[in-house]
Amino acid sequence: MSKKMKKPESLRLHVPEPKSRPGHSSDFGEMHLSPAGAIPRPAADAAESKLRELPYGLIRVLDDAGQACGEWAPALPTETLLKGLRAMMLTRAFDERMMRAQRQGKTSFYMKCTGEEAVAVAQAMALHPDDMLFPSYRQQGLLIARDWPILDMMCQLYSNSADRLKGRQLPVMYSVREVGFFSISGNLGTQFPQAVGWAMASAIKNDTRIAASWIGDGTTAESDFHHAMTFATVYRAPVILNVVNNQWAISSFQGIAGGESATFAARAIGYGMPGLRVDGNDFLAVYAATQWAAERARTNHGPTMIELYTYRAAPHSTSDDPNAYRPSDEAAHWPLGDPILRLKQHLIASGIWSDEQHAALQKEVEDQVKVAGREAERIGTLGSANPDPSTLFEDVFKDLPVHLRRQRDEMLGA
Amino acid sequence: MPTMNMIQALNSAMDVMMQRDDNVVVFGEDVGYFGGVFRVTAGLQKKYGQTRVFDTPIAEGGILGTAIGMGAYGLRPVVEVQFADYIYPAFDQLVSEAARLRYRSAGEFWAPLVVRTPCGGGIFGGQTHSQSPEGIFTHVCGLKTVMPSNPYDAKGLLIAAIEDDDPVVFFEPKRLYNGPFDGHHDRPLKAWSSHPTSDVPEGHYRIELGKASIVRPGNDVTVLCYGTMVHVCLAAAEEAGIDAEIIDLRTLLPVDVDTIEASVKRTGRCVIVHEATRTGGYGAELSAIVQEHCFWHLQAPIERVTGWDTPYPHALEWEYFPGPARVTAALKRAMEVA
Repeated sequence: MSKKMKKPESLRLHVPEPKSRPGHSSDFGEMHLSPAGAIPRPAADAAESKLRELPYGLIRVLDDAGQACGEWAPALPTETLLKGLRAMMLTRAFDERMMRAQRQGKTSFYMKCTGEEAVAVAQAMALHPDDMLFPSYRQQGLLIARDWPILDMMCQLYSNSADRLKGRQLPVMYSVREVGFFSISGNLGTQFPQAVGWAMASAIKNDTRIAASWIGDGTTAESDFHHAMTFATVYRAPVILNVVNNQWAISSFQGIAGGESATFAARAIGYGMPGLRVDGNDFLAVYAATQWAAERARTNHGPTMIELYTYRAAPHSTSDDPNAYRPSDEAAHWPLGDPILRLKQHLIASGIWSDEQHAALQKEVEDQVKVAGREAERIGTLGSANPDPSTLFEDVFKDLPVHLRRQRDEMLGA
Repeated sequence: MPTMNMIQALNSAMDVMMQRDDNVVVFGEDVGYFGGVFRVTAGLQKKYGQTRVFDTPIAEGGILGTAIGMGAYGLRPVVEVQFADYIYPAFDQLVSEAARLRYRSAGEFWAPLVVRTPCGGGIFGGQTHSQSPEGIFTHVCGLKTVMPSNPYDAKGLLIAAIEDDDPVVFFEPKRLYNGPFDGHHDRPLKAWSSHPTSDVPEGHYRIELGKASIVRPGNDVTVLCYGTMVHVCLAAAEEAGIDAEIIDLRTLLPVDVDTIEASVKRTGRCVIVHEATRTGGYGAELSAIVQEHCFWHLQAPIERVTGWDTPYPHALEWEYFPGPARVTAALKRAMEVA
């Protein structure tokens, strides 16, 4: 035994830090990006054990020149591509207007999805119209892609007398049963196991509809993520579990949720579930991956987790200032570009679109938003056209119990 | 009529409902093949198949989360949380989701689920198998909270809970599963078979949620209780020789204010008894209800007999349990004031 014992090493706590903070130049330098078309597309019924490299790749279809490459390129008709482009542009125009409306005091709160439009729009389009959606708060594109009237969405944002939710929910927490859009909670991640339960019910009843749900990279740390992944795998539920990795959970970069050590898609490996990692700003790649997962679910091959790799170009919400925690020009340096511009480039490269047509479409969607906006404001903005106060007591239970009837009468001075 | 203990009565309720309604599904930890650690779901999987009665991973939050999704689909899930002490991992799904789904979606979606969960002590379960957390759930708007005290009520209330379109937390006092227990732990066990409430019809019947039951009419003092304490209070009144009116609330939310009010106004005295801890407990709400509705009729201060404000102990279980001696003392105190 040596006389001099080696001094034990002091332990150090590692607290992840993003590459760049305000005042520094944006740095996505070390990001490994598979080239477009490089990842093979396995059969949708492939054994999970053959799919374990996918979570560490990145499925990309559109290359830098806007060409669709490789096995994942979906052969979509022009009208589908144009519908997708329009829905993304309408979503962005809607976001711009509603952000302004909040700044003008017409409502209390808003959340944009700028830069992430392809996620919701392409996924909604790749699913069947009657598949059930369990979204988080940044998938307004699902409603727009399902052609739900933006006027109705605006009335929710204004909590006015035409708000289908009777002014109860924070703006953007939509619920639209008619188009299979589940009520948004606001408590992060709760919808993930709920979507699994809905999918299990669909399987119990030998239905044909599947479910899909969305959470962010930050929410993967919640227990609901683990519950959803476990139950989905155990019961082979027909569900698509999407993790929108937009790099930021308010001010916490994705490393705080564990994204430094492994990809979020790789979480799926431990559950024995296929995990796809997809360029979330590539409309075609998102569409193709969702279609693959949907086919797998529809044929009783169980759930798929999809990590949609994207960037939250907007603030978290109207209550957030990202310049306080990340370089202000970071979005412009995002290596995977802008989903609308990339699909536009593809359409032009394919000879079915032009700058002039794009400008005309831009004006068209802005006009559509303007018209709906005027109508919504005519009905009322926050506080100007409140729902009937007696509705405050409705829907706590199906029927009004005695104690709530008494409280209602007390409030109304009866 | 067949004689059933509380386990058999609860099992019968699920059996009847699964027979009548294809949308009723039953799941939870160990409830499938094995039939539950207390045997409450015994035989159901064999009868109704694995897709309607199945085991789940040990994840109460996952059980509730998936149940809510199934409810939104249109099923009527009846889930078991193995012990009420294990319900806390499911708290967010119950409180933030199941309870508020109908409200936040303005009636578009709802979660018609029942959470069955064994509660209460008296079985040497220690702090993690003895709790009575009902007061935590009565505080949540949007949840109904039920606790039966006998086999007949257990079946009728569980059927009503399954048929209800709102989420119901259904507490089953585990000390009552096999027999009425009056708190005299040192005396021989009694079985349900000699108790009138063990006459349980085989078929469908309901006991409306929100309706209390006067299990012993009386004139001197009103006793508000539920679950195991109903039997403790009956014994205590007998032993004290006091003509107590004993009300088994059965449903804690919505609570039957009218029955409480009518009784207390008549007796002018009120003793509230529950096994759960005291501070902020459901008894505090009952006390407030009584003084709001009956203040000018009260002839004595309202008495509360509860579990102590400590975790449920193992060795000192009977020092903790609010048994007949403590209830008797409270009844006498309530009667002392002229």
